[in-house]
Amino acid sequence: MTAIRNIGAIVQKEWRHYFGSPIAYVTLFVWTLLFGIFFYFAFTLFLRQSMMMAQQMEFGGGPKLSLNEYLIRPVMHNMAVVALFLAPMLTMRLFAEEKRQGTIELLATSPVSDLQIVLGKFFAAVGLYALMILAGLVNLLVLWRYASAAPEWKPIATGALALLLFGACFIALGTFVSTLTRNQIIAGILSFCLFLGIWTLGWADDPAAGPAMKVVSYLGVTTHMEDMVKGVLDLKDVVFYLSFIAFGLLLAQLSVESQRWRA
Amino acid sequence: MIEVENLTKRYGRHTAVDGVSFKVQKGEILGFLGPNGAGKTTTMRILSCYLPPTEGSARVAGHDVFEAPMEVKKRVGYLPETPPLYPDMDVEAYLDFVAKIKAVAPKSRKARIDDAIEKCRIGDVRHTLIGRLSKGYRQRVGLAQATLHNPEVLILDEPTAGLDPKQIIETRELIRALGGDHTIVLSTHILPEVSMTCGRVVIINKGKVVAEDTPENLTHRLKGAGALRLEVRGETGPVFDAIRVVPGVATVHPKPPAGSGVVTFEIEAEAGKDVRADLARAVVQRGFDLLGLAQVGMSLEEIFLHLTTTDAALESAAPASLETTEVTA
Repeated sequence: MTAIRNIGAIVQKEWRHYFGSPIAYVTLFVWTLLFGIFFYFAFTLFLRQSMMMAQQMEFGGGPKLSLNEYLIRPVMHNMAVVALFLAPMLTMRLFAEEKRQGTIELLATSPVSDLQIVLGKFFAAVGLYALMILAGLVNLLVLWRYASAAPEWKPIATGALALLLFGACFIALGTFVSTLTRNQIIAGILSFCLFLGIWTLGWADDPAAGPAMKVVSYLGVTTHMEDMVKGVLDLKDVVFYLSFIAFGLLLAQLSVESQRWRA
Repeated sequence: MIEVENLTKRYGRHTAVDGVSFKVQKGEILGFLGPNGAGKTTTMRILSCYLPPTEGSARVAGHDVFEAPMEVKKRVGYLPETPPLYPDMDVEAYLDFVAKIKAVAPKSRKARIDDAIEKCRIGDVRHTLIGRLSKGYRQRVGLAQATLHNPEVLILDEPTAGLDPKQIIETRELIRALGGDHTIVLSTHILPEVSMTCGRVVIINKGKVVAEDTPENLTHRLKGAGALRLEVRGETGPVFDAIRVVPGVATVHPKPPAGSGVVTFEIEAEAGKDVRADLARAVVQRGFDLLGLAQVGMSLEEIFLHLTTTDAALESAAPASLETTEVTA
């Protein structure tokens, strides 16, 4: 009970920082703007393709292109790339700033455990990120309003969940990286490089690849998004993401704890 | 209330705190005195559970800082050297956050915040962003933070550093006022502060305790080692020669002449010897006019310097006092 209260207090405090500074507004603005732009491009492309399909199937009224498949999925993938860039902005200051300001001494000398501090910061960043995703999804409402056949909501939900879990992995790791330095910029750059490295692991995903490469590609966070974005919610993907997050948070907690021994 | 035994902290090969022991009774204000880098901050960080000790133990209100840090943290209010403030929060929001993580019961939170704000006199900046506050206000907000959960023990690391004289006086008064309800350990290198606020002083140097006593006793004990000021009408050279040979005189420092043929000397006697009578006789016998001979009581500053600068000075100046002083070596 006190654990939840402590974590809650830290989440609240972090949100105060996010919204008391330009961070939250800038990330929300950039995210929704890019979501809108990608959605617009995907939308025009989709219209052109449907037009061509219609022409080819003259008078036949051939198969309709699926909105989920040809419009929403590419947007989700694009937004995953944007998350790669924005996640470091959310996490870089989490611990680095506390160390620079000396406020880490306040947290460390309060009856709050290191894990509670880490979790509070993580949930605060994930919360803001979830808000970003929701704000982006507003774009899709236009489809329900105007499309002749409304898109299926299930793939959208699982796609959004994939985006959330995928971003949460980066946020967990970014939280860890932020504990390593007192300089936000360094934390940001390191996190970004790390995320990018993990991202590229997914490129090894090749049906002809050997077992070693299969393992490598399995660790790539993007490979586990595919099915979810298509609307298939597989337990193994969720478990993968959750364990990835737990691993990142564990590293962060160990790092916070060990720094007191070394300091 | 606080028991520190043989506390040692090493950073790699560097020993920051070396076998420090002391005790603080309930309600007492203990001054922790020492030059920069003496190990004051490290000791305070260990007491507040920010750092684990390498060796030795520290108990606060009966709980070991290493075995039961959560219990200690609940009972300790800590103000680090730089107050741990979030510049983008206003004072009230900041204190609200601190109250939550310090496990202040939700029901009494409002009352505790109001109380701390009133005690530390920060009511007029209650809704100001901390980033806009002056140094003095920040320090007071830091103090409010430390007292917020009404801890039994307050650990204040240089609470008056960087304040202007008026703020220093106000802060001292505040600390004295807090003294009744709380046990306080404060560190400083401003000495009058110690004699004004603290009931007892621990002087620490290079990680070791070099003296521990009340400020009055420390001054009193080392009085024998105080210098004499001698004012004589005459020439510097001959007078110097006359007094140098007086038995028991250890050092003679001529002061810059004040003009009109008056010379002043500062004289240190060998420990335990009163050379005033001999000095006066020597001066008069040589035919100089003795204008003044006064004992320059050693201020805490000088004691502090004696104890912390050179061991040689320590031995020559105050062996008598060292016998009765607890030296942890």
